[in-house]
Amino acid sequence: MDWRYFWLGRLSLEWLPFWDAVRHPNVDTIVNDVIATFAASLVIIGAVVVAGLITWFGRWRQLWSEWLTSVDHKKIGVMYIVLAFVMMARAIVEAALMRTQQSFGLYGGFLSAHHFGQLFTTHGTIMIFFMGMPFLTGVINYVMPLQIGARDVSFPVMNSVSLGLTAAGAALVMISLVIGKFSTGGWSGYPPYTETAFNGGVGPDYWIWAVTLSSLGSMMTGVNFAVTVYKKRAPGMHFMRLPLFTWTALCTAILMIFAMPPLTVATLLLALDRYLGFHFFTNDGGGNMMNYANLFWMFGHPEVYILILPSFGVYSEVFSTFSGKTLYGYVSLVLATMAIAVLSFTVWVHHFFTMGQSPDINAAFGVATMLIGVPTGVKVYNWLWTMFRGRVRFTAPIVYGLGFMMLFVIGGMSGVMLANPTIDYQVHNTLFLVAHFHNVLIPGLLTGMLAAYHFWFPKAFGFRLNEKWGLIAAFCWIVGFMLAFFPLYALGLLGFPRRTLAYTDPQFLPYMLIAGAGACVVLAAFASLVIQLRVSIRDRGLNRVPVGDPWDGRSLEWSVSAPPPEYNFAFLPRVTSRDAFAVAKDNGTAYRRPEKFEDIEMPKNSALGFILCVSGFLIAFGLVWRMWWLVVLAGIAAFGAIVVRGFVRDATRIIPASEVEETYINWLREVAAAQPATRGEEFEPTNEGLAAHPFVEAPQ
Amino acid sequence: MSQAAGAPLVAVVAPLLLGGASTNPQVSFLYPQGPVAAAQREHIFVVMLLLCIVVVPVLIVTPIFAWRYRYSNASSRYTPRWSFSWPLEIAIWGVPLAIVTALAVWLAQDTAGLDPYRPLSSGEPLRVQVIGYDWKWLFIYPDYRIASMGELAIPVSRQVAFELTSDTVLQSFFIPALGSQIYAMPGMKTLLHLQASSPGVMRGENTQYNGEDFEKQKFAVKAMSERDFDAWVRRVQSEGVPMTPATYRVVQLRNSLDATIEALGSRGAPLGVLYFSGVSPDLFSDVVQSFHHSSHGSTVERIWTGAARPPE
Repeated sequence: MDWRYFWLGRLSLEWLPFWDAVRHPNVDTIVNDVIATFAASLVIIGAVVVAGLITWFGRWRQLWSEWLTSVDHKKIGVMYIVLAFVMMARAIVEAALMRTQQSFGLYGGFLSAHHFGQLFTTHGTIMIFFMGMPFLTGVINYVMPLQIGARDVSFPVMNSVSLGLTAAGAALVMISLVIGKFSTGGWSGYPPYTETAFNGGVGPDYWIWAVTLSSLGSMMTGVNFAVTVYKKRAPGMHFMRLPLFTWTALCTAILMIFAMPPLTVATLLLALDRYLGFHFFTNDGGGNMMNYANLFWMFGHPEVYILILPSFGVYSEVFSTFSGKTLYGYVSLVLATMAIAVLSFTVWVHHFFTMGQSPDINAAFGVATMLIGVPTGVKVYNWLWTMFRGRVRFTAPIVYGLGFMMLFVIGGMSGVMLANPTIDYQVHNTLFLVAHFHNVLIPGLLTGMLAAYHFWFPKAFGFRLNEKWGLIAAFCWIVGFMLAFFPLYALGLLGFPRRTLAYTDPQFLPYMLIAGAGACVVLAAFASLVIQLRVSIRDRGLNRVPVGDPWDGRSLEWSVSAPPPEYNFAFLPRVTSRDAFAVAKDNGTAYRRPEKFEDIEMPKNSALGFILCVSGFLIAFGLVWRMWWLVVLAGIAAFGAIVVRGFVRDATRIIPASEVEETYINWLREVAAAQPATRGEEFEPTNEGLAAHPFVEAPQ
Repeated sequence: MSQAAGAPLVAVVAPLLLGGASTNPQVSFLYPQGPVAAAQREHIFVVMLLLCIVVVPVLIVTPIFAWRYRYSNASSRYTPRWSFSWPLEIAIWGVPLAIVTALAVWLAQDTAGLDPYRPLSSGEPLRVQVIGYDWKWLFIYPDYRIASMGELAIPVSRQVAFELTSDTVLQSFFIPALGSQIYAMPGMKTLLHLQASSPGVMRGENTQYNGEDFEKQKFAVKAMSERDFDAWVRRVQSEGVPMTPATYRVVQLRNSLDATIEALGSRGAPLGVLYFSGVSPDLFSDVVQSFHHSSHGSTVERIWTGAARPPE
């Protein structure tokens, strides 16, 4: 028996990132391996520094009991967003590296084909599965239960399991930097290229298991959110009184439930091909790769709306709040959101119009695709009319919002162009397509999530983010995006294929240089966000908003303290209208004291999520490297943990009414002591989170 | 914010200026060299113009509203509770719906009209069979028993009927200046009809990423007069490398065209081009069939199948 293979599988020293340069030292291998080794060192150093700091400050116990085992939706939400920012940092640097390569790409550049292939694959995979999904899941986790007047999600432990699985997938992508190579098959992982016949290494296996873990986590998240909205709404919170963000969260959750399984199936069938010699998507033996394309895009297109609908919800809140005005066309927006969710399942074939199917099929899917443009256009006009006759404050979220509106319609325009099969025949697989989806996902998903981050940060941490750095970041994002992606439209029209390492036609160069400059501005945008966080934490004493309503908010999450207590609401609110908190402030019924307080039952912490995170990661790692003993052991641990959890009867604890009352009364004292702040003083230290009555500053 | 409005215009207009400067080889449908690309160019401009009805108002009105109703401008009207208007609702839903309906009708007609499977005219087409490899293309002219790599010669004003397949992973065959791209898939056959209107050189490529030398998988498309084309055929017939099973096994290897040329010798072919003579008219269908059953006795042997091929 080969004991080395038994214990280590395919793992060996040659999978270290600097091995090529050691074995075959030349300019190419050295440049590529220095970059790869630097990246690997960052992962290791980052992990060591974080662990060292936690040890230095003696925070391990606190990390374990207050975060890693917490089932509080707010803490889980924050951890999701932290994960998203960490992964975003890596994926942005990768994007900048690719832009740099293409700026030098006339007749060559400095990256090897394999390195470049890994970069575009990890960039896409991270941005979709480990930046976009965690970010929106985190924001929904934090905000949605507060908006509907709930104390937690329906399945708090499953919530922590979802986070654990997503984090395990992200860890797998990170460890691939240190040992082994990632896939070069793009974020969509099309076979037969990703089959053993063409890519026998560990790359596609890393991709398969990272995506599978994430897709399982996201499907559970979808179930959790949907059930929460259905079952946990406060008394009187009818569906047509839900804040728009919660509506988009519900639609996203429904999409997750139906769209994630096709992805899990696709990646698992591909795994069967690779591990057990099946022939689902191989060239021979009856396989057909277009079945993969269908399965993947049955997930992939709804995924686009999973990513973007929550941002639509955020902007609905942002435009209405910072215009000091009721949202225009609530019913329209709800209908449009639902219409988008339903239509998103009817358009997947537009990702492969060029497969050679009949024109009738293409026309049907093309028309369905264009139809999505209608509800989307309606939404944009709803936000526009929300500003009409309002009082627009140019805060960072609304700057993101204005940039979003103007850029997104351009992305929508290129989307409707691509929906025409005849045009798609020309620009499919070119940089035009790359420009299009970045044009909808950066203004749509990314800046929407950053607007949410600015908007709800004070709610989560009790102090505002620095506004100056926020505005700098917002401008850099918008300008950087335009510089980096508008030239790509032109390159696409010139027939420049995506995923191209180098080119020989000098006419492409000027566009590439502009795009490269844009990437630098985007890097500056991310740096501004980091500086902003640092400055905001430093100045937190000046920016405190303990009362909890710094922006004169409209929905229930603003009616509680910042940060909110673990149980969110000392007593469940009774909702009688839309914009429940705005109406309460108008009527003078906000910040009231209930007649009596009651005991609150909350779920106890659970280590299940953390155990499944670790064992999920180990199973995947073992599968990638063929260390079967590890797969079996970690599998037993995971299964055992789930079974043991099933026997835990003592899963809740009671927070006594007296404690709830004391906390609440203390907060009411702070409310009473706070000076009401007008909207002009929004960023002054005097804004303690108590909004002046709207008629004080804007009499009709 | 006004940059947002200007930038897409730049993105569209700039290639018209820059692309015009380098005309050889032609790389884009913005300078169409055939009827399909010309129709596509017209289509993209019309769609863009129609969409401007929805897009331009947003680009103009967004900054105007934001500025006019800014917080510091106390002179503008403030109606914090206004949230609905029937006429506006009808316009907001109606206008996009009308535009999409118009576009949809047009889309359906054009999709049928420009279906790559549909012959462009009733005239006798030139038949070309295209096989994709990693990382090169083989163009077989079954009626002349010849083939070429790196160069696709076609007569002007006569439609070319392509049949396409792949002897490796999924690829996408694309000559932007002539028209549509279409997938070449292993074990499957797709069709494409294109036509060049005037003599000239265009660039063709694969747009579907397939690994290491992906960006080198380009070729020159040479549109020439019927007489020049006949001369080209005679030249390939006399100077081409005979296509034997041994030759084919070299063609099949996973490497760039340069490596194939080095292995086979280019004979009289121009730089970066390979010609083949004595090509079996069955080669294309053999390649397609080779994925479906065992290929004993055929000119095509699967040199790798499934897990039998060692990992890279």
